[in-house]
Amino acid sequence: MNENNGDIKKMMIILSKATLENVYAAFVLANGARMEGIEAEMFFTFFGLEAIHKEKLEHLHIATVGNPAMHMPTLLGGLPGVEALATHMMKKEMERIDMPDVHEFLEILSASGVKLWACKLAMDMFHYKKEDLYEGVDGVLTVGDFYKQGSGVGTHMLFI
Amino acid sequence: MDKNIAGVTIQVNEEGYLTNFQQWNKEIGTALAQEANVDMGARHWDVIIYLQTEFKNDVPLSIRKIGKSGVVDIKEFYQLFPIAPLKTASKIAGIPKPASCI
Repeated sequence: MNENNGDIKKMMIILSKATLENVYAAFVLANGARMEGIEAEMFFTFFGLEAIHKEKLEHLHIATVGNPAMHMPTLLGGLPGVEALATHMMKKEMERIDMPDVHEFLEILSASGVKLWACKLAMDMFHYKKEDLYEGVDGVLTVGDFYKQGSGVGTHMLFI
Repeated sequence: MDKNIAGVTIQVNEEGYLTNFQQWNKEIGTALAQEANVDMGARHWDVIIYLQTEFKNDVPLSIRKIGKSGVVDIKEFYQLFPIAPLKTASKIAGIPKPASCI
């Protein structure tokens, strides 16, 4: 066994996508880490930034095209309104299993001590400013800064 | 399995959670808290009593429910039980390990 008996001390979770299923996966993993006594930090890059963008985070969708697990013909998935309908249905199911919405989930993560970082390069690319982001975001970091945050024994990185 | 604590023998599972809530009392709770390095104060007990009430009413526990409990907010919950708060608090409260992923 390696140092620390292989214990996970910290999870560094990078979210690069804004489809609802990916955002939730990242949030559940970050929250789940804290609930187990593991530190967690998140880095929002490229489209993942939408999950912390004030005006966009309430309007994330699941993908009905290019997602074979939807069991929906690609042509149908691309019709107007289908993605919104599928998203609506999924949100109803999530509420039923007591899954918070994106904004409430961010508040839970922030209160739980999960650090929320926005990627500087992606911020510049999309012309976003810090004021555009959810108020609980801890800061805007370069990739180098983010790696520094993850230094130490027992850190694991995850790219979503 | 048997566990000797606070001068009595109680039954716990392999992770140390009480298997029979009837065996719980405040002295056992305090001793379990010491094992988890938690120094119990009035606010800790408020949370423990809340968890036990929810358990008796068969309400599944999650961090979201804690946040909406009106007893404690999530930030304070982590301050009171810094490491794995819901698991640690459930163990001290003598109730089963929470099964929720959230």
